[in-house]
Amino acid sequence: MHELSISENILYIVENEAHKHNLKRIKEIKIKTGEISDIIPENLEYCFEIISKGTVAEGAKIIVEKLPIKILCLDCGKEFTIKKKNLQCPECNSKNLKIIGGNEFFIESMEAE
Amino acid sequence: MEIKVLRNIFESNIKQSDELKKIFKNKGTYVVNIMGSPGAGKTSVIVELIKKLKDELKIGVIEADCEGKIDAEKINSLGIPVVQLNSGGACHIEAASVDKAMNNFENWAFDLILIENIGNLVCPSDFEIGEDLRMVVLSIPEGDDKVAKYPKMFYTCDVMVISKFDVKDYFNYNMQRVLTDVQRVNPKMEVFPVSCTTGYGIDKLSKFIKDKIFEKKLS
Repeated sequence: MHELSISENILYIVENEAHKHNLKRIKEIKIKTGEISDIIPENLEYCFEIISKGTVAEGAKIIVEKLPIKILCLDCGKEFTIKKKNLQCPECNSKNLKIIGGNEFFIESMEAE
Repeated sequence: MEIKVLRNIFESNIKQSDELKKIFKNKGTYVVNIMGSPGAGKTSVIVELIKKLKDELKIGVIEADCEGKIDAEKINSLGIPVVQLNSGGACHIEAASVDKAMNNFENWAFDLILIENIGNLVCPSDFEIGEDLRMVVLSIPEGDDKVAKYPKMFYTCDVMVISKFDVKDYFNYNMQRVLTDVQRVNPKMEVFPVSCTTGYGIDKLSKFIKDKIFEKKLS
């Protein structure tokens, strides 16, 4: 349960961006996270609600979009989207893989006043 | 009004971890982040590594726990400089905590720093703390299903130590299941079965770390 620490990081970035763009109120924060991450969106929303009280992001809605795990098979050269953390090439069963997507965790955008 | 942000949520931790990596590289210091459940045997593995390596290498230890300094006292009794970090309930340590801990070592010149993370198989997996090697300690009594249940920890680590290996036969432990699950989530992971009671496997693990230290010094 490290959503609290993650919420603090999100708030830090949001406050920083709000200051940069001279924003009065943040209404919505869009987050993209890869399937490899174990973030639970409900926990994140709950924690963020608590720590954002009295800040420019108080009451902001957190929207989390999950991105799939993408692998490149270094043996057959094909790219795949795979099920959670099952690191095996669906085509040739090779385990000689490179993960090229699914470990992202960033703030995409915010809706502000 | 929509504002594009595109900033990594872990950006401040990543930045601090990269800064620590530069400092450790300049000083020729190899750093191991040791993770695992409470009671997995992380401190015992650290103690055994110290016993094997302390005559050849300068070692420092950072011990992180929610409260108290029980482990730091154990390490200190071996004559090794140690800093105890208390997270006060937080479930992991971050690069900033390591930076703070390093300020407590005066004029340090370590070959090896062992960092014991908070006992937890989930949260520490998300935070790099300036380390070269990520090690997860999993003990026999915890059961052979942990890799399947907590894949991210095993996916983000380089090395798995299976501790308390001397009691394997009392726990109906299916070693093949663990190895198959490791192959599934992290085919590159190195696995070291050890027993801190009998000393089984400690030589092999110590040698592995010693080789890594010299590799880093040569690079």
